[in-house]
Amino acid sequence: MNSIILKTASSYLLPLLLMFSVFILLRGHSLSGGGFVGGLVASIAFVLHAFAHGFDKARAIFRTNPGFLIPVGLFLCFIMGAVPTFFGAPFMKGLWLEKSIPGIGHIGTALFFDIGVFIVVIGVTLTILFTISESDMEQEEV
Amino acid sequence: MLIAVLSGFLLALLLFFFGKYLKSRHFSLIGFLPLGIFIYLLSFLPLINSGQSAMFHYSWVPSMGINLDFRLDGLALLFGCMITGIGSLVFFYAAAYMKHHPFIDRFFVFLSVFMASMLGLVLADNVLLLFVFWELTSISSFFLIGFNNEEEGSRKSAIMSLSVTGGGGFFLLAGFILLGNLSGSYSIREMIFSSEVLKDSSLYGLLLVFLFLGAFTKSAQFPFHFWLPNAMKAPTPVSAYLHSATMVKAGIYLLARFTPVLGTHSYWNNSLMITGAFTMLYAAIHALFRKDLKAILAYSTIASLGMMVFLLGIGSEKALLAVSVFILVHALYKAGLFLTAGVIDYKTGTRDLHKLSGLRKVMKPVAIGGLLAALSSAGMPLTFGFIGKDLIYEATLGAPGNLAWILTGIAFVSNVCLLIAGLMVGIKPFFGALPQKFSRVKKVSGFLWMPGIILGVSAIIFGVFPMFLDRNLITAVAQSINGTVIDISLKLWHGFSLVILLSILTLSVGFIFYFLRKGKPFNQEKLAGFESVSPEYLTELIISKTDKFAFRYTRLLHNGYLRYYLITIIVFLIGLVGYRLFTEVPLSVNYAQLSETRFYEVVFFIIIVSAILITVFTSSRLTAIAGMGIIGYCMCLIFVFYGAPDLAMTQFTIDTLTVVLFVLVLFRLPQFKKYVNLKVQFRDGLIALSFGAIISIIALQAFNEPADKVVSHFYGDNAYVLAKGRNVVNVILVDFRGFDTMVEIIVLSIAALGVYSLLKLKVKAPEKE
Repeated sequence: MNSIILKTASSYLLPLLLMFSVFILLRGHSLSGGGFVGGLVASIAFVLHAFAHGFDKARAIFRTNPGFLIPVGLFLCFIMGAVPTFFGAPFMKGLWLEKSIPGIGHIGTALFFDIGVFIVVIGVTLTILFTISESDMEQEEV
Repeated sequence: MLIAVLSGFLLALLLFFFGKYLKSRHFSLIGFLPLGIFIYLLSFLPLINSGQSAMFHYSWVPSMGINLDFRLDGLALLFGCMITGIGSLVFFYAAAYMKHHPFIDRFFVFLSVFMASMLGLVLADNVLLLFVFWELTSISSFFLIGFNNEEEGSRKSAIMSLSVTGGGGFFLLAGFILLGNLSGSYSIREMIFSSEVLKDSSLYGLLLVFLFLGAFTKSAQFPFHFWLPNAMKAPTPVSAYLHSATMVKAGIYLLARFTPVLGTHSYWNNSLMITGAFTMLYAAIHALFRKDLKAILAYSTIASLGMMVFLLGIGSEKALLAVSVFILVHALYKAGLFLTAGVIDYKTGTRDLHKLSGLRKVMKPVAIGGLLAALSSAGMPLTFGFIGKDLIYEATLGAPGNLAWILTGIAFVSNVCLLIAGLMVGIKPFFGALPQKFSRVKKVSGFLWMPGIILGVSAIIFGVFPMFLDRNLITAVAQSINGTVIDISLKLWHGFSLVILLSILTLSVGFIFYFLRKGKPFNQEKLAGFESVSPEYLTELIISKTDKFAFRYTRLLHNGYLRYYLITIIVFLIGLVGYRLFTEVPLSVNYAQLSETRFYEVVFFIIIVSAILITVFTSSRLTAIAGMGIIGYCMCLIFVFYGAPDLAMTQFTIDTLTVVLFVLVLFRLPQFKKYVNLKVQFRDGLIALSFGAIISIIALQAFNEPADKVVSHFYGDNAYVLAKGRNVVNVILVDFRGFDTMVEIIVLSIAALGVYSLLKLKVKAPEKE
């Protein structure tokens, strides 16, 4: 797609949308939102960028394959599940700090768990999309 | 005790990582581990003598009633000593036997795991724990039997033994769970107290079927015996270990262990007696038709196992005492014979009985070991085997009425055959003229002949001084099997009686027979006629037929067309749900519950319907995808109207991404062509409409049932109190049901990996099938 307007707009939209996705992620615990939707929104931000500038450019934002996000997120989730076991609580019990931090709210294992979900979702979505788009180009070359 | 059981696993783990750095001569040191455990177990002898048992309790999963409960009583001690005692001999032997094998470290990994599992099996008091170890023995023996994995026959026998014993294990688990439910406890010690309840239960028969299937497959009882002769493909130390003291004895152990719980019931006794007797006769006769040393031993092992099952079936005090002794007798001489056969094979390269003779001239110590084992197996006076044989005849003669004669007759024939088989393996190869080609056989190393001698000598010691064992161990073993104390002492000489007469008769008939045939086996070809009805052949037939059926069935359903998969799934759903709905549910629509139709709802309805029509009838893919997108967005708006913002957000983003994905895929597809005709379209339309109708009916019907709101109220009330979140949906996702989410993201990751590998995987031309 070769549109100046889209290209210019998407350059500004990418950070905005990413920030929005983090916003959705963080507000999730008390208002509509959450890691899953947040991750999807972030992926859409990259997809938009890809449509404006081409998939190569979008992929270049990640130095490596976005697939590396998947194990990172899974690991974070697992750790957050395991943390309570060190305090004698069962696996996956939500632990929270006593005081809430202004602007972010309560900090607890569930929050980080949600961040893990967020990361996994971005990794999964982008892996699928980028893989399909890549093989698509190879096809054209042939 | 936990350390003793786990040390084998730890050793295996260490060997797995560091074994390759060891030199092959260092592997003989490993034998000191079982030896150490053996001595540790012996230290419990005084306690066991006094009629007590030692309990060891370690918590594992207390909430499910699964704990690491170990209990050491007479029976466990006997088996534990055999596993570790014979185990250490086998370990030393194997270190020499496998010296030049490139994967000797791997071999000892499997062997240690196997030994540890076996030890855990006999010590476990919790049936579920017992089952875990039971399966571990099946799995580790699979690796041991298939150790020479470059041979096809070896792989095949490994799979066969795993399928037979693993299949039996499946039933055993069912039996254990049933047992636990009926008796209310998973502890064997506590089950004894509910023995009467179990026997009176209407499920008693079923319980026995499950347990017997487990025990008979493991202990190679007819008709599951065929895996054992095939398992002879394993390296000989493995055969010696698995088939004398361990693996196959696990089934016997199980039956002995459950005799006080489930025994003395006609079902129990008769089925064991009949199975045991038949197996014993069948295998004992078969043994005489084999010329391969290990094959003879395999069949004589099956026969001996049959003997044990048979004795457990008789179930009288004398029979239980006989089985306690015979387990040890058999372990000692069978391990000795196997080790002898192993040396012969190792040094001469053949196990063919026709070719072997005169070997005493080149391997004297081995010949002595073989001779001692053969004599004990024959039941010569002054050997331990003699005492065992006496007790067996005492047990069979003790049966009521005419049954005594039948049982004694069966035992007599089997004993004679077993005796000949023992002589064929332990004596025949060593006597006669030494063929030229064997005259250069090199000296046998001490590690190879020593274990055989030790086993043979202990058989003699126990035979001459039975009182060593009697008060110390055997009484306690018989007590474990019987449940109460049996006061019979082992004697070398019982005075002149029918039993002695039978023993002498067995010996003379056997020896005469052996010398008449000069130790030659019968020609196996004579049995070829029975091949087509043998259990092995029939099982393989069933397996190959199942394979063929599975292939056709899979071809039918897994045909590679996505549309047919969808049609199959949806039509089945329509059929099943529709059937239920129209036959059993009174259909009615509760108009009172339906809210008023609002203006914008009508608008969206019209938009959706037109989008559907466009999607279905368009001839452009892009239009169809856009149509689908419109439908998706309209649905999101409906979610918004009905107060599900989270759902709407997710649906919205997902729909966006789906459209993007479709567009990406679109480029790859060939040009759109109309392949379908009107008939196919009509069929698809019909299926789609009926599916939609069914779903609508279910939705309407749902109004009629008063909704159960306990769960949603719980989440609503507790979201903030317990999880500090006001968004109930998110709290459920990350906290209340966080574990589900975790599994879901794993599924997502696997899906991504799947897509990636499907598209990126480039199969090179020659690798393509």
